[in-house]
Amino acid sequence: MVTPAIRIEGLRTEFGPQVVHAELDLEVRQGEVLGIVGGSGTGKSVLLREILGLMRPAAGRIEVLGRDLAELDDGERRRLQGRQGVLFQQGALFSSLTVAENVQAPLRERERLSEALLRELAALKLALVGLPPDAGAKFPAQISGGMKKRAGLARALALDPEILFLDEPTAGLDPIGAAAFDRLIRELQQSLGLTVVMVTHDLDSLQAICDRVAALVDKRAMVGSLAELRAAEHPWLQAYFGGVRGRAALAAEG
Amino acid sequence: MADQEGPGWLTSERRAELLQLTAGGRWTLADLAKLDRESRAVTTGSGGGGRARIDLAQLTALDTAGAWLVHRIEQALEARGWQVELAGVPPQHQGLLTGVQRLELAVPAQPVRPNGVVRLVARLGRGTIAAGRKLLHLLSFFGEAALAFGRVLLHPGRLRLTSLTHHLEQTCLNALPIVGLIAFLLGIVMAYQGADQLRRFGAEIFTVDLLGISIMREIGILMTAIVVAGRSGSAFTAEIGAMQVNEEIDALRTIGLDPMEVLVLPRALALMIALPLLGFFAVLAGLFGGGLMAVLALDLSPAQFLTQLQSAVSPAHFWVGMIKAPVFAFMIALVGCYEGLNVTGSAESVGRLTTQSVVVSIFLVIVVDAMFSILFSYLGV
Repeated sequence: MVTPAIRIEGLRTEFGPQVVHAELDLEVRQGEVLGIVGGSGTGKSVLLREILGLMRPAAGRIEVLGRDLAELDDGERRRLQGRQGVLFQQGALFSSLTVAENVQAPLRERERLSEALLRELAALKLALVGLPPDAGAKFPAQISGGMKKRAGLARALALDPEILFLDEPTAGLDPIGAAAFDRLIRELQQSLGLTVVMVTHDLDSLQAICDRVAALVDKRAMVGSLAELRAAEHPWLQAYFGGVRGRAALAAEG
Repeated sequence: MADQEGPGWLTSERRAELLQLTAGGRWTLADLAKLDRESRAVTTGSGGGGRARIDLAQLTALDTAGAWLVHRIEQALEARGWQVELAGVPPQHQGLLTGVQRLELAVPAQPVRPNGVVRLVARLGRGTIAAGRKLLHLLSFFGEAALAFGRVLLHPGRLRLTSLTHHLEQTCLNALPIVGLIAFLLGIVMAYQGADQLRRFGAEIFTVDLLGISIMREIGILMTAIVVAGRSGSAFTAEIGAMQVNEEIDALRTIGLDPMEVLVLPRALALMIALPLLGFFAVLAGLFGGGLMAVLALDLSPAQFLTQLQSAVSPAHFWVGMIKAPVFAFMIALVGCYEGLNVTGSAESVGRLTTQSVVVSIFLVIVVDAMFSILFSYLGV
């Protein structure tokens, strides 16, 4: 049996008296695209931060690529971080570096490569995410929101990660840009064999690229294909998929 | 051949007309530096032309970086007149390779840097033009602020009292400890140094004159202004700058509020009230520190110190110092707000402009202080 990319068992998260996750179990298979949905305040981004090791859960076990996060020493943590890439919601590009330098930053930090090779790899990643060649020399403040996301994706892919985390990848993009971004993620996922975990509100994205969906309801995760979750009885899921926007997005499915 | 999980390797051999390259092992980022060197050596050493074959059958792993290297070798050989074919591509890597081959890459050339002297001159020129332009902008900003002041004078109801008192607390009340401490210590240092030098002439008693006049006329207010520029001027830039990044300033404009009236005026007014008060406090603290030192080091009694001080300083000395305070405050506040409003987009520019705001306002304070000195000497005060 293949080890799952991510396995979460009995996760509990709390902020003071407020419990966000209780007894949450979730498994992400290798090579799948998993969408995480949930209402505001259900802890989607918190869950992502916990998987990334930016936050410690109150209780429970998180395994990424077969390694228990709680038992890693610094060196192992660093190696694990090299195997995962993250695209933050606003791109989180370093504003003092050009786009190309942003992509080079993780490479520079981890590998000893020649300047010429660094420039080539940066150009490669930028081309991979569909940015025009002249974008590399620009600073983040000089490019549009959609380009920032693509640049952030190029940086997330710099180390050729096995797992790619996306936080609201299509938020703030126009529908055409969002659809193109969805296609891009799907293509990259297939050609690079990535496992993708994405937090999203965008039903079109769920529909277009997610193999399975995890809905955070009642402090736990309900996992299934889109069709399964749509058929579920839970009132929040009914409201989510059954609302006007939900029906419109799903109508395309036919 | 080599062990399957081993690091990446590349060999080349010539078989009559055929150039045979064999790649194997892990062609991934971890071994990229080595593979980069090897592949450059192979391609630069390959003179001539004819058929070349790259055999990839022994690859155990390939990522985008590795695929790029394979593609680069292919391109480099083609550029040297070889007819290149890929052989034995493992099926699981075929997609990645064709994906990378399809991309149209524009690798930027190593940027050429002009020589040092040219860069120095260019930088000097740019700096001068930027400074001149900035001075003009600052002047026009001062003018706008003065107009806004006028409007508020005509309609006092538009003054934002809550904001004003908030900034008074921040810039005045909360600054008392640090301003007092610095002035107190400066007083001690001046009294000590003065007494040391004046003792040679047997004129130690004039230490009190030195202390009183210099603290009241210059040091008290000037030091306070510098501390306030570092403390409040920078805070103004950072606050307004962060609002600018957050698009809060644009939000203010769209609901019909004038940032000048809402943000700049309360800060400027608060600082113009705060700086004279702080300056007065600094004068007291400085005299207290100096007096303490004088009593300890010169064996003066406190009463003698006070009598000597009274005979040495006149109200004019005090007012010459105090009258500068609101002017300094006006400049510090406006420079701070001006730089804050100039912030564009990035977090980096908040930091850069905050530094600039402190440097420019301290510079202006000292320039204006010098102008005051000249003015007062003309007036004979």
